[in-house]
Amino acid sequence: MDEKKYAKLEQSITPKPPILKNVIKAFLVGGTICLIAQFIALFYMTFFNFTERTASNPTVATMIFISMLLTGFGLYKKIGQLGGAGASVPITGFGNAVVSAAIEHKSEGYVLGVGGNIFKLAGSVILYGVFSAFLVALVKTILVKLGVVSW
Amino acid sequence: MFSIFITSFIVGGLICVIGQLMFDVAKMTPAHTLCTLVVAGSILDGFGLYEPLIDFAGTGATIPITSFGNALTHGALAEAEKHGLIGVLTGMFEVTSSGISAAILFGFIASFIFKPKGNI
Repeated sequence: MDEKKYAKLEQSITPKPPILKNVIKAFLVGGTICLIAQFIALFYMTFFNFTERTASNPTVATMIFISMLLTGFGLYKKIGQLGGAGASVPITGFGNAVVSAAIEHKSEGYVLGVGGNIFKLAGSVILYGVFSAFLVALVKTILVKLGVVSW
Repeated sequence: MFSIFITSFIVGGLICVIGQLMFDVAKMTPAHTLCTLVVAGSILDGFGLYEPLIDFAGTGATIPITSFGNALTHGALAEAEKHGLIGVLTGMFEVTSSGISAAILFGFIASFIFKPKGNI
């Protein structure tokens, strides 16, 4: 069997994902996570001196803390099974990737295991985030210097 | 004031829907999807479109991973405005430091407390 035939066969055998159902679940789970974060942001705005804009920093940190607890007790995996992208797209999914990699590799030691693998899953997000931010900022800075666009 | 709770839910949910469609329809792996979303957030900020979304949706825009790309670009651009090209490099993590430092810190603490359960 050649490669093309195999790919065709694989495509016909693979069960079709229930797209509409998955989309609705992702919407509800992702929306709920953002809604919870909005309440945390409100908490920081009400009880500490944060503005609407600066509250997002402690909110993100708090969400990652919650995600650490959920990951540690094995609950985030269940949210992931329920919500699909609704659980992995929010920053809690990023936190889950870092925390779970750290926990899973502790048997290999704290330097080589945890230290070496903590960004095993999340590293690609950081790499492409930094690289694209660099390119975008570079292009925009050059364009501003040339007088094509303004800040 | 309270309309932001509704827009947060809807916008946050819709960004996750885009991610889910990339999983199911475009058949991308989660890692490819997240990288694409981060790059998308970064490009949107280059055009100055992400900040208005944050004003509109609050955490619905800051919690999805797209905001990570936005924050990196935003820090780089803010510093570039002050110091020119070198600021692109030095300003990168200015805004988004809390996400990364929280993830590193809590990840390390979690590795002390919790036992492996096959969470990956």
